[in-house]
Amino acid sequence: MLSRNSARAAQRMVRAAAHQQPRAAARSYATIQSDIFKPTKFGSKYTVTLIPGDGIGTEVAESVKTIFKADNVPIDWEQIDVSGVDSGSPGSAEAAFRESVASLKRNKLGLKGILHTPISRSGHQSFNVAMRQELDIYASICLIKNIPGYETRHKDIDLCIIRENTEGEYSGLEHQSVPGVVESLKIITHAKSERIAKFAFSFALANGRKKVTCIHKANIMKLADGLFRNTCASVAKEYPTLEYNDMIVDNASMQCVSKPQQFDVLVMPNLYGGILSNIGAALVGGPGIVPGCNMGRDVAVFEPGCRHVGLDIKGKDQANPTALLLSGSMLLRHLGLDDHANRISKAVYDVIAEGKSRTRDMGGEATTHEFTRAILNKMETL
Amino acid sequence: MLAIRSVSAPMRRQCVRAAPRAAATLSFQNRRFYSDKVAKFTGQKDASGNFPVSIIEGDGIGPEISQAVKDIFAAAKTCRHLSLGEPVDVTPMLVDGKTSIPPATIESIERNKVALKGPLATPIGKGHVSLNLTLRRTFNLFANLRPCRSVAGYKTPYDGVDTVLIRENTEGEYSGIEHVVVDGVVQSIKLITREASERVLRFAFQHATEIGRKKVRVVHKATIMKMSDGLFLNVAKDVAKDFPHIEFDAELLDNTCLKMVTDPLPYNDKVLVMPNLYGDILSDMCAGLIGGLGLTPSGNIGDQCSIFEAVHGSAPDIAGQGKANPTALLLSSMMMLRHMGLNEYADRIERAAFDTLAEGKALTGDLGGKASTTDYAQAIISRL
Repeated sequence: MLSRNSARAAQRMVRAAAHQQPRAAARSYATIQSDIFKPTKFGSKYTVTLIPGDGIGTEVAESVKTIFKADNVPIDWEQIDVSGVDSGSPGSAEAAFRESVASLKRNKLGLKGILHTPISRSGHQSFNVAMRQELDIYASICLIKNIPGYETRHKDIDLCIIRENTEGEYSGLEHQSVPGVVESLKIITHAKSERIAKFAFSFALANGRKKVTCIHKANIMKLADGLFRNTCASVAKEYPTLEYNDMIVDNASMQCVSKPQQFDVLVMPNLYGGILSNIGAALVGGPGIVPGCNMGRDVAVFEPGCRHVGLDIKGKDQANPTALLLSGSMLLRHLGLDDHANRISKAVYDVIAEGKSRTRDMGGEATTHEFTRAILNKMETL
Repeated sequence: MLAIRSVSAPMRRQCVRAAPRAAATLSFQNRRFYSDKVAKFTGQKDASGNFPVSIIEGDGIGPEISQAVKDIFAAAKTCRHLSLGEPVDVTPMLVDGKTSIPPATIESIERNKVALKGPLATPIGKGHVSLNLTLRRTFNLFANLRPCRSVAGYKTPYDGVDTVLIRENTEGEYSGIEHVVVDGVVQSIKLITREASERVLRFAFQHATEIGRKKVRVVHKATIMKMSDGLFLNVAKDVAKDFPHIEFDAELLDNTCLKMVTDPLPYNDKVLVMPNLYGDILSDMCAGLIGGLGLTPSGNIGDQCSIFEAVHGSAPDIAGQGKANPTALLLSSMMMLRHMGLNEYADRIERAAFDTLAEGKALTGDLGGKASTTDYAQAIISRL
C-alpha cells in the first residue's frame, strides 16, 4: 500500500535510536517495560480495541468488520462504544471513555473512528485529545496520496504529515485573567520536539522517503516554534542521508495548494498538523480516503488521518469507509499480517480505480453497503 | 451572563481560575467598545484639494512597482483627488531596545491617515521585530483585510475564486508573550480579549455590508480552545445581533481548510473573520489558490490610520531589472481608494488591470509573460 511495514519499522527505529543514545531527554520517556511491544495474542488471534466513534463511525466500522471477517483476519475486536455526543445521562460518556483507555492499555492496539467534541464551555474536553494525551500516542501520521483512477485537481501527490499529538496548542491550559481577557497556553518542550523529530526521520528512513520538512512559525513565535525548529534541525544532523529543510506554516499551506508535489515527509506541532492534514485531504479527495494512525511507545491507535466526525451524514448509508479500511490495513501491517493487508487494500484500490462503485463523496452513487459489497466481491477474485 | 456560566461550569476544568467576580464587572462585560463606524477614513484634503498619501516604497523591487502604481494613478487622473508620493523612510532603529521607525514617518502617516506600502525586507538578527509587526503595533492596525480573486489569464487548478478574509491583527497567537519556563520547556501565550475581538468583528460585519455580502462566517477552533476561541465566538454572536441583515454562522477551522481547498466557490458570498494565526495561514492559502502573493492585495485597517500593502517579498534577486509584477501593490492601492471613498477611480483602474491580465499580452515574468514592469503599466494605462 502506501508504505510497507512502515509504522512497525519506524517504531523499531525509534526504539533503537533511544537505546543507542540514552540521552536525558529520550530516557525520560523510556521505561524498561515499555520497550517490550507485545500486542496481546490469545490462541493465534490478536485482540484489538475497536472504537467506532460518532457520526459515520458505526457504519464504517461495520464495513471494516465485515471485510476483515470475510478475509479471516485473526483479530478479535473488543468493541467499546464511546460517544462524545451528549447522551443526556451525565457520567456515562466518561465511563465509556475510561473503559476504552483501559482496553487500549491492555491490548496495545486500537482501531478508532472520530469522537465528537462539543463547542460549549460546559462541555467535556475533547475525548480524542484526552485519549492521545493519556496513552501518550505522540505521533500522528497522516498519509496523503492520490488514489489511482480517482482524479482530483492535483496529481502526483504523495506526502506524509507527522504531527506532534500531545502538547502545543492543544495543551488545554486556558484561563481568564480578568473578564474579557483570555490566555491560552501553547507548550513546546525540547523532549517532545526531539521525540517527534526522531520519529519523523526514522519514519522517512524506514519508508524510503527522501526529504523531511519542518513546518513552524518561528518568525513570530521565536521561542516556542524556535525551539521546535532548532530541535528538528539538530536531529536532522543524525540523518545525513535525508534532505532536510524548514518552511513557515503560512507559506507551506500556500505551497500545498499550488505545488503539493514538492513535499515528502512533513513534521510539525499540533495545530499546524490539523490545518495541513485537512488541506492535504482536500487535495486528494476528502477525509473519506485518508488513512492515518497515532503511534506511541506502548500503544498504537489507527484512525482516519483527517479527523472528521461526519455527523451530517450519520445513518444515511453514504459514508466512505475507505479511510478506516486503509487505516485497518496499516494496523494489519503493524501486526505483520501483510497478506491480509495487501489483499484488502488492493481490493479497495481496485474498486475505486474501476469507478463502478463509489460513495457520494467520490462522486458516485453507491451506499456504504454497496461499496463494501463491491470490495468483498473484488477480494474473492484476488 | 458569563458569571452565571462560570458557576454552572464543572469544576474539573482546573484551568479555569474561578476568580470571584464583583457585580460591578458585569457592566463591563456588556459595554460596547464601538458605537460608530469602525475605522472610518478621516483624512483631510490638502491646500490643492488632494488627499495626501504617504508612500513607503520598500526594499528590493519596491521602488519599481511603486513607480508603476504612481504612473497608473497619474494616467487615471486620480491626482485630482490624491497626491501620491510623499516617500517616507522606514529604516528601522532600535530605541530603548525596541524596533521602531523614524518619528517623521510616524508623523506623516498620522497626518495623512493612509499609506501605501511596498515590500520590506526584515533585517535578520537578534532583537529586531519584523517591520510589518512594528508598523502594525505603532498604528494599532487591528484588522488585516485580504481579498483573493481569481485572475483571468493566469490558470491555476481553481477557477472563479473570490474570497474575503479578515484577520485579527494585534493579539492571538502573535501576542509575542513567550517565556522559557525551565530549560527545554517554552510557553507561548495566545491572548484573546473581548475588546480586540469586538473591534475586528464589527469591522467584518461592516465590511460585509459595504461590499454587499450577506454572510459573515467566523472560523474558530473552540472545540479545543474552549475559552479563548470560545470568547471570540461568543463576541461574534453578540455583535451579529447588531447586524440583523447579515447572516452569521461559525465553522471549525478544520472544516474551513478542507472545504476551501476542495471547492472554494461556496465562499464567494461570505466574509470570513478569524483570529490571528488562522487568518495568517488561511489568507496565504487562499493566495495559493489563485496563484500566489504576487496577485493578492492586503489592507491593514486601524482606527486612526490604515496601511495598504503588497504582502509578497522584496525579491532582491530581480530588484532593479524591471521584471517585477506590480499587481499586488496596484490592487492594494485600489483597496486604499475604496477606503477613501474614491470608488469610481478604483473601479476604472481595476477593470483596466484585470482586462490587461486577461488579455495576456503584457504579462510579467512571474505570470509566464515577457513584459517588463513598465510595459505592463503602459498596457494598463492605454486601457484607461
